[in-house]
Amino acid sequence: MSRGTTWTVARALAWRQLRILLKNPSLFVPPMLFPLMSFTAFAGGLAQMRHVPGFDFKGGYTSFQYVFVLLQSAAFSGVFMGFGIARDFERGFARRLLIAAQRRSGLVVGYALAALLRWSMVAVMLTLVALIAQMQIGGNGVDLFGLYALAIIVNVLGTLWAAGIALRFRSVQAGPLMQTPIFMVLFLAPVYVPLSLLSGWIASVAKVNPFTAFVEAGRGFISGEPYHSALAFGIALTMASLLAIWALRGLRRAERTI
Amino acid sequence: MRHGLAHQIAFIAWRSVKRTLRQPAVLIPPLVFPLMLMAVNSSGLRAATHLPGFPTDSFLAFFLPFSFMQGALFAASTAGTDLARDVDTGFLNRLALTPLRGWALLVGQLGGATVQGVVQAFVYLSVGLAFGVRFVTGSGGILALLLLSILIAIGWAAVGIWLALRTGSGEAVQSQFPLLFFLLFISSMNMPRNLIEVDWFRDAATLNPVSYMIEGLRTLIIGGWDAQALVLAFGMTSALIVAALTLSAVALRQRMART
Repeated sequence: MSRGTTWTVARALAWRQLRILLKNPSLFVPPMLFPLMSFTAFAGGLAQMRHVPGFDFKGGYTSFQYVFVLLQSAAFSGVFMGFGIARDFERGFARRLLIAAQRRSGLVVGYALAALLRWSMVAVMLTLVALIAQMQIGGNGVDLFGLYALAIIVNVLGTLWAAGIALRFRSVQAGPLMQTPIFMVLFLAPVYVPLSLLSGWIASVAKVNPFTAFVEAGRGFISGEPYHSALAFGIALTMASLLAIWALRGLRRAERTI
Repeated sequence: MRHGLAHQIAFIAWRSVKRTLRQPAVLIPPLVFPLMLMAVNSSGLRAATHLPGFPTDSFLAFFLPFSFMQGALFAASTAGTDLARDVDTGFLNRLALTPLRGWALLVGQLGGATVQGVVQAFVYLSVGLAFGVRFVTGSGGILALLLLSILIAIGWAAVGIWLALRTGSGEAVQSQFPLLFFLLFISSMNMPRNLIEVDWFRDAATLNPVSYMIEGLRTLIIGGWDAQALVLAFGMTSALIVAALTLSAVALRQRMART
């Protein structure tokens, strides 16, 4: 591995992670299957939900669910990368990386890049399945660019969150800490119906849940009626900045163990 | 080991139960995750009760059986992973040197999963009742639901045992579970079959035995003593237990022949 810039460290690490992934289908298949299963169950099994009085989304239920599952897969691809980081620490590889890399921040960037590459494969597969299921796309190229840009940031958020945990605990046993909060944030958003149709405690929680802004903006993009896009990107970029600090501080803690 | 079949089963079952109870990491997630999903989905999908023809005005009551099914799949994971570990560590090979009968091993291994199924069933039921679910079939329905849910947990645990004997690897057993969850996802877990709008999904749910297990549990909560639903649920569950144990017996014989 070249001992140069952050980018060379990141590139080398991302390449290694990608090769591991391609050689181990067992690591790749579950993250691929879960979004497809969710999409099938939600878009196929719950299509009747669009007939609920007050359901005003114009793009059809398949695209309504596609956006949620796309963002869910982005977040969870990041979380799965956290498992990879923890596994590298358990096997001692990460310690050797810390010693070898001159720019250690490149490690976090490398893992994030690998997570992004991995998710892009999932996203392509999910999009193909959605198109086969006759998903309606009302948005133009710019809208779709907005949707996928948002999903990329969500993927980075998932990776940074999980990396922060993995770098602090350095054990796969911290897995529930990586995925449970993400799971809760995802499912406490308007998953099955628009926010206006939620009632009770989940409506109160969903209103203050940042993921709600992502889901609503994403659905706005795909239907061609952008909704609170600036707010969603603002929240996403702010969270990315905070979680980058979280992950880099985790890296500093991990460095002290060398 | 000079005991009869019942004693042999009891020995293996006791070991399986102790091993399950000693692993909080095995017991807690199957309790927490289904409850979390139940809380989130019963609120998030409450609007579904406004659909014409939806069988109840409480989505929590409608969705409660999903927790029992999900818990049963966790029990399958426990049973399969534990047996795979026995294969991996050579414990099964050492057992093969004793007069222990194959059926005693198979049935005994289900002990831990059965206890797990019982604990889960009581927890899910208690949470459901505490949050206002009322059984239209009364206390008799509650007993029938407990019985059916425990049998379902045993059935899926037997599938886990079969997978463990086929593969001999905990990792391989775990990797099969997305497929089992897929069966759950393409069932009538979220919507009654007659309200599923997408044709292929409705057909898949109709062909899927998991739908009938869920519908058997569901009818006891919101439908009443529906003989057809109950016969199908108990029938499918019994068939699952018999098929999985038969396949496991064959797999055990093949594994023993190899060793």
